[in-house]
Amino acid sequence: MQEIAASFRIAFELIFALNSELVEIVGLSLRVSLTAVGIALLIGMPLGAALAVGRFRGRFTLTVIVNSFMGMPPVVVGLVVYLMLSRAGPLGVLGLLYTPAAMIIAQVLLITPIVVSLSRQTIVELDREYADYFISLVTPRSSRVMTLLWEARFSLVTTCLAGFGRAISEVGAVMIVGGNIHHLTRVMTTAIALETSKGELELAMALGIVLMLIALAINLLIALFRPRDEGRQTLRASV
Amino acid sequence: MSEFRVRVLAGFLLMLTGLISGGAGASEIVVQSTTSTANSGLYDYLLPIFEKKTGIKVNVVAVGTGQAIKNAVRGDGDVLLVHAKAAEEKFVAEGYGVKRFDLMYNDFVIIGPRADPAGVAKANDIGDALARISQSESLFASRGDDSGTHKKELALWRQAGTDPTVASGRWYRETGSGMGATLNAAVGMDAYTLSDRATWISFANKGGFDILFEGDAALFNQYGIILVNPEKHAHVKAQAGQAFIEWMIGPEGQETIASYRRNEKQLFFPNANP
Repeated sequence: MQEIAASFRIAFELIFALNSELVEIVGLSLRVSLTAVGIALLIGMPLGAALAVGRFRGRFTLTVIVNSFMGMPPVVVGLVVYLMLSRAGPLGVLGLLYTPAAMIIAQVLLITPIVVSLSRQTIVELDREYADYFISLVTPRSSRVMTLLWEARFSLVTTCLAGFGRAISEVGAVMIVGGNIHHLTRVMTTAIALETSKGELELAMALGIVLMLIALAINLLIALFRPRDEGRQTLRASV
Repeated sequence: MSEFRVRVLAGFLLMLTGLISGGAGASEIVVQSTTSTANSGLYDYLLPIFEKKTGIKVNVVAVGTGQAIKNAVRGDGDVLLVHAKAAEEKFVAEGYGVKRFDLMYNDFVIIGPRADPAGVAKANDIGDALARISQSESLFASRGDDSGTHKKELALWRQAGTDPTVASGRWYRETGSGMGATLNAAVGMDAYTLSDRATWISFANKGGFDILFEGDAALFNQYGIILVNPEKHAHVKAQAGQAFIEWMIGPEGQETIASYRRNEKQLFFPNANP
């Protein structure tokens, strides 16, 4: 327990001194994971919506596959991306291995299934709820998808948070494709793994506390700016 | 919808900045190296001096020697700095490396709980020390990760005439992790382990553990440095990589290595003869 207390002390010292290395590592963590979430949303939301309201062959199979990809171990994703981006791999010429871009690619692969799956669920439920409105207005399917996505935007915030949570907390993928290079690809989780392996357990724990505080701050910010059930009210008003 | 579009646009911009600022510049090299050299803090001490002098930025990927060599074979590095001479010479003989240079050395030590239940401290030589551990079936944490230290450990067991892997999962525990993680595991379960001296000296979570056996000539630990062959992988930054190697094996690099201290102890002893 003494170690935990010491860790909290180190964590606050690091934060209040605005330790330049900490700022750099936190900055890269946020840049990589937020970018990955952004790309995953662009790919995943339309796909999720298509799976929710589309009527095409293989929809069931695709849904099952996407859902099971949510359980993909980060280290496996890292390995796949490593083999692709390695100089001996098919995309080796791009020279992206051991760069933040490689880490973003790995995290996009990691969290897109979550975005697809959760947004599909959200939209299926909304679609069921408002099926009568759509039938009465004879809406074409494409504009129906756009309307549903728009109306579901506040529930989709949770999807973002789930994706962001998985991205910022994983270590297996970024360790392999980023290489944990000092001043280049070192992020919060790989720094924690490194300090642990150096036996600097209190510093490692302190970095873990900082990571939790950042997650807390982001969630608090979103909770404060999130209007309560606004989506549903506007739909009813517009209909 | 305009607000939504602005957000999408912002997302795209964020994505672009993330991707563009990625690529490595011309005067940057990747060194595939071992966890022992990185965990000991040597690079944090040495690289800023080299970078300031030459303007070449050195990016170190610290993995086990086995993985470092495999990564270099695939072309994912410009320089290889590891400690498993036989494997390094094979790497050069197969044409993946240009030439191998001796760089520095230190030694391996047996770490264990101060109570020393197996009586390792009383051993005459390393073979005797390992025999005491296996005969008393005392817990032993092995790296089990094909690293330089792991290769060395297996060779030492072979010389001692024991195959510990038959006891794997019982008293012989293969962690499959780096040196530091294995030391944490050993301290956590009161097990003996083999470590390079540098990692042990700079390791902060020593618990009630000490060096129990050291000094046998068989525990010598030689590090080598090799340029990845640009004939195998055309993208290898041969010039910058060669400059790094020449600095490391030259008088300035060698002096810098010798001057690195942790807890007032020298961790690596330069022995290049260019």
